[in-house]
Amino acid sequence: MIRVIIRRLLWFIPVFFVVTGLTFATMHALPGGPFDSDKTPPALIQQMEEVFGLNRPVQEQYFIWLSSVAQLKFGPSLAARGKPVESFLLPGLAVSVQLGLFAMLFALSVGMPAGIVAAMHRGSWRDRSATLIAIIGVSVPAIVLGPVLQWLFALRLGWFPVAQWASLSDGLIPYLSHIVLPAITLGAGLSAIIARLTRASMLQVLGEDYIRTAQAKGLSQRVVTVRHALRNALIPVVTYLGPLAAAVLTGSLVVEQIFAIPGMGRYFVTSISSRDYPMVMAVVVIYALIIVGVNLLVDILYTVIDPRIGHGN
Amino acid sequence: MATSTAPASVLASPARRSRTLLYDVVMRLVKDPLVVICVLYLAALIVVAIFPSTFAPLSYEETNFPDKLAPPMSYATTPKLEGFRYIMGADRLGRDIFSRLIYGTRVSIAVAFLGAGISFAIGLTYGLVAGYSPAKVDNMMMRIVDIIYAYPTLILIILLQVFLTSLAQQPAESLGALQTLLVTLDTRSGGLFFVFVAIGAVSWLNMARLTRGQTLHYREQEFVQAAELVGANNRRIMWRHLLPNIIGTCIVAETLAIPAYIYTEAFLSFIGLGVQPPMPSWGSMIADGYGALRSAPHIIFFPALALSLTMLAFNFLGDAIRDAMDPKLRDR
Repeated sequence: MIRVIIRRLLWFIPVFFVVTGLTFATMHALPGGPFDSDKTPPALIQQMEEVFGLNRPVQEQYFIWLSSVAQLKFGPSLAARGKPVESFLLPGLAVSVQLGLFAMLFALSVGMPAGIVAAMHRGSWRDRSATLIAIIGVSVPAIVLGPVLQWLFALRLGWFPVAQWASLSDGLIPYLSHIVLPAITLGAGLSAIIARLTRASMLQVLGEDYIRTAQAKGLSQRVVTVRHALRNALIPVVTYLGPLAAAVLTGSLVVEQIFAIPGMGRYFVTSISSRDYPMVMAVVVIYALIIVGVNLLVDILYTVIDPRIGHGN
Repeated sequence: MATSTAPASVLASPARRSRTLLYDVVMRLVKDPLVVICVLYLAALIVVAIFPSTFAPLSYEETNFPDKLAPPMSYATTPKLEGFRYIMGADRLGRDIFSRLIYGTRVSIAVAFLGAGISFAIGLTYGLVAGYSPAKVDNMMMRIVDIIYAYPTLILIILLQVFLTSLAQQPAESLGALQTLLVTLDTRSGGLFFVFVAIGAVSWLNMARLTRGQTLHYREQEFVQAAELVGANNRRIMWRHLLPNIIGTCIVAETLAIPAYIYTEAFLSFIGLGVQPPMPSWGSMIADGYGALRSAPHIIFFPALALSLTMLAFNFLGDAIRDAMDPKLRDR
């Protein structure tokens, strides 16, 4: 178990260098600089570049960046004239994570029960309608679903605010009412995928001999479903949580844009176009860290759900 | 959802032997009316995408300001368009949404084919070679894929896209020959070419992983050993023995991956990094309509519907082909 964790963590080292190196090189190969504008005099630009060390060779800048990251400093934002990027990204990250958690909560709490019900009543109208809704759910993208939900539930019905974000300090009700539509937009496609996955793996498990044994012992259908079938059926679903988190992460970029949410996603797009190198690098590192971290978490979860995994290797 | 398995009488009949898998799959597919509808819809889209000017009543960039935000089915008020009806209404610049939707089909269909094409050309070959190579080579090849994979896909695409578009904004004389060629291709295609490159750069990764996994599975089987024994060379084994066995799985996976390519382009155009205006794409039309969601919801309605239906058709078809290829897998 510990060996698996260590191997995973070691694997992050090459990933880190490739991801950051590639981004760094691409960003610096982009024409134009962070201080370009029609009005800034060239002398001032030169001075600014000197202050931020941008006139040095790219390799040297990369090593300087690496050493400051080693001290957990991501450097000053060039677009915001030197304020540390953390002061923008941490609040943004907190918002994105909340949105992501609610979306996952929605996806799991809709997708898993739907998948289980569909598998238990295989071939029935419930199964067929769940399957149909799931395939529609996979096919309607966020840039369609978001505006539709906004139009219907915010503009026409007025049940929820149209956009924007409220933090928990504004009160629980405003907080939740602002998060509902974006979380559904972000989670809908994922809930459909989870429903299909759960149904498939449930059906496979329900055909196993040990389920028949459990039924033959006279256990109630509920106990068989929950204790025997569900636990095993969940393994493939848990496997999917890693890619799921990645999808939530990148998907939140879209949803934040649609619902004007002050998450981390907007910093990414704006920082690339304003050539705010430290900001871009910080966002990429955070994204990569989250993906690697979630995958690690999934590996650990595995061994909890299925004790057979992880002892051999 | 899909067709039934072959009845016992068919299995017993001697004619069964001469049937190929392809024949069986196609026969199972055409029996499902929903599959036929999907295929007809997609075929219609392809025809429309190839000959947009035949189907579009107006050009995609023609603006008629008096008709801006015209609701669906309304008559044009511009004198030169007397008697013309905006079937789907007009957008904020008074452009016919129906015509723009038709031209937008080009983009989505092109991206679908290109993504699938690159995925097959690079991903399949890469996976096949990795899977059939000695463990050391295989390991190295797959680690490369793993590393690119760790890079959040959408971020990589956005980064590439920004990189390429800013290349296009450079003064022409500062570019090398290759760069000039790329930029010319891009401006000629209305910004589409760079979207292609960005999507193509990541589309092959999944296919490479899938093919490699399948190759590993089949390379240990007797028919491969038999082929090795009679002296078939590596290339022959890979293309003539392994490929036919794994191609089915790959086709299914690819059909199901196509909606992702279509969506990636739509998303890029939605955030303004995709095709360049006035060239229409469903994504940029959705962005247009999103800006007028309050005052004119019909602008977003039609491109949103077209995008969703097209993704649905590919998803549905992918599911159906998978079921038809192996009825046992239907419940997977």
